[in-house]
Amino acid sequence: MSALHIKKGSNKHSAYNLRPNFSDVTEKHTLAVLVDNEAGVLARVIGLFAGRGYNIESLTVAEVDHTGHLSRITIVTTGTPQVIEQIKAQLGRIVPVHEVHDLTVEGPFVERELALFKVEGHGEKRVEALRLADIFRANVVDSTLESFVFQLTGAPEKIDAFADLMRPLGLLEVARTGVAALSRGI
Amino acid sequence: MTREMTGAKMVVQALIDQGVDTVFGYPGGAVLPIYDEVFQQNAIRHILVRHEQGAVHAAEGYARSTGKPGVVLVTSGPGATNAVTGLTDALMDSIPIVVLTGQVPTFMIGSDAFQEADTVGITRPCTKHNWLVKDTERLSATIHEAFHVATSGRPGPVLIDIPKDVQFANGTYTQPSKTPVGHYQPQVKGDMETITELVAAIESAQRPIFYTGGGVINSGPGASQLLRELVDATGFPITSTLMGLGAYPASGKAWMGMLGMHGLYEANLAMHGCDLMINVGARFDDRITGRLDAFSPKSRKAHIDIDPSSINKVIHVDMPIVGDIGHVLEDVLKVWKARGRKVNSEGLTKWWRQIEQWKQVDCLKYTPSEGSIKPQHALSRLEALTKDRDRYICTEVGQHQMWAAQYLGFEDPNRWMTSGGLGTMGYGFPASVGVQVAHPDSLVINVAGEASWLMNMQEMGTAVQYRLPVKQFILNNERLGMVRQWQELLHGERYSHSWSEALPDFVKLAEAFGAKGILCKDPADLDDAIMEMLDHDGPVIFDCLVEKHENCFPMIPSGEPHNKMLLGEVSLKDAIGSKGAVLV
Repeated sequence: MSALHIKKGSNKHSAYNLRPNFSDVTEKHTLAVLVDNEAGVLARVIGLFAGRGYNIESLTVAEVDHTGHLSRITIVTTGTPQVIEQIKAQLGRIVPVHEVHDLTVEGPFVERELALFKVEGHGEKRVEALRLADIFRANVVDSTLESFVFQLTGAPEKIDAFADLMRPLGLLEVARTGVAALSRGI
Repeated sequence: MTREMTGAKMVVQALIDQGVDTVFGYPGGAVLPIYDEVFQQNAIRHILVRHEQGAVHAAEGYARSTGKPGVVLVTSGPGATNAVTGLTDALMDSIPIVVLTGQVPTFMIGSDAFQEADTVGITRPCTKHNWLVKDTERLSATIHEAFHVATSGRPGPVLIDIPKDVQFANGTYTQPSKTPVGHYQPQVKGDMETITELVAAIESAQRPIFYTGGGVINSGPGASQLLRELVDATGFPITSTLMGLGAYPASGKAWMGMLGMHGLYEANLAMHGCDLMINVGARFDDRITGRLDAFSPKSRKAHIDIDPSSINKVIHVDMPIVGDIGHVLEDVLKVWKARGRKVNSEGLTKWWRQIEQWKQVDCLKYTPSEGSIKPQHALSRLEALTKDRDRYICTEVGQHQMWAAQYLGFEDPNRWMTSGGLGTMGYGFPASVGVQVAHPDSLVINVAGEASWLMNMQEMGTAVQYRLPVKQFILNNERLGMVRQWQELLHGERYSHSWSEALPDFVKLAEAFGAKGILCKDPADLDDAIMEMLDHDGPVIFDCLVEKHENCFPMIPSGEPHNKMLLGEVSLKDAIGSKGAVLV
């Protein structure tokens, strides 16, 4: 059960769920927001975060329902429990927003990110990069005599760890998609 | 029934089908096709304002005084940007407004065309929602949806940007009833479990207080009626924010007056000392709470609000109830009656005895003067001479606004139009125009300061053109009074740019517009002058020269809690600490 999952038009949900514990500890939350895929909807969401001074650690968006024209925005944000509650309530207020889910409190969930790494290297370093990529189950999607492009999928921490390892081996560029997340089970 | 018509005609047809009788607007290149349609019909009255900001404030006055959405029609570019202040004002005060803006043709969007502005981009943060309609087929449905969004849930301003080619093109018109309203359906019924918890708290509370706000007015006259029933049946004291005045009558026996920074002593102390606070449609604004960590420290708090984001935004509440005020109050009454209409009579008697003691302080007393008109005196006389009339009051922003809230009594909802959240100087005059358009036979008074009034004085043209007998009651202290007061308290009496030099002769100004001007500077003439204003059938500028250095009290200094009120001209030095000084 989410901390703020009042479906629009619903009267079954208790406002008790709105009660946050007022702690000063900053938490990281992953939110899934289902929105109408209409012009400006992303600007509304980003404008809300910018205008009210909320953090965005990662944001991804794409249309997930082509017939209903619904997009899913996955936002990783940080804040005190009170701020997180406000973020969810403010998101829920945006007219084209259908649903706001706080995956972090709704139960176990999986989050994945895809990243591309361009690594330059010769000799031993090149071999080492390839060996580490194998351990991380990264795929080589481009190769020259001096470089590789690795494709890696995983939790953000895994991507971070791989980047740390590649840095001394000749990491040139990283491109990350940001987090996509789903709750576990049904 | 669907019909083929141009986008311009669709706009007019949709407004008619939405029950709109009045539009406030200003024409320009990008809305000419719509104006052409406006010209060719009689169902909708168009009021030509003199500035687009005036159009939005007039629509706010219309909306606030009727409960219906106000409608604005302006052109692209500067027409739209001039509307931004009004939109922000309406957003802060939750006033339902539908603004239609013209836009350059779709094929020119993005080319920096003449009078092009990114209207939906600019107004995104200052509207509840906005739309750019790029296809005439979508136009009528979008307008109907806009009315739905503006008026449902927490009301607010919406904007529809209509490119000129969309106005010219043909499309199919759809009726409101045929238009799906979409998924936007805010929750109106409150959670029964929490409502029952609130009723239990009502039954046992020793020092309860109702703290009500603009949400009661927005919920409609039925909500005010239910509030009155609940307050009178429980015998609990009630205070209200600036925006909520009139929901409970000022003559009611439980009424304690407005609370907050310039609220009444008894209201603020009761808020500080209560053990049960029932917030009905207010939002714990910083003008109300003062210092947050010292706000009403010993109370359990219930909060009824239709907007979930208002709950726990600044103050943590124990009983949050998301829902429409009318629906929730009805349920509260039902449950309370079913459980035997119980209250803690013993505690209440003691509580009222305490409140009566606070009232003895008589926090609104002031030192009258024979030589000059005290602003408080001017408003007391205005109240005495107009309170039995069919009266609507608007205000600008500043000291006069606070004095009006303190010294005028409001018996009914929708009779008080003021800019609360945004604090927009220049709001009151155009708002009074909008109110008078909606209520042609009523007495509409705008209590103003001379500086605020000058900000939208061009609307004199509108008032005269449409023979709107609005009374502009200007408390003229030749100062930006509230700024001056803060400079006195906070900035070592260095009055930086807070005086009004080169003021116009308001009597001559009125005459230049073809209206009546009255000058009054002697307290002895005040009653006669006010009667002369009231008796004149037409717009009047009443230039009331008042005491120049009067301060507005009571006052909770910035950064202080409710029980640290300043009551008068005593010991103002160091009243605001360094922490408070950074607050506004």
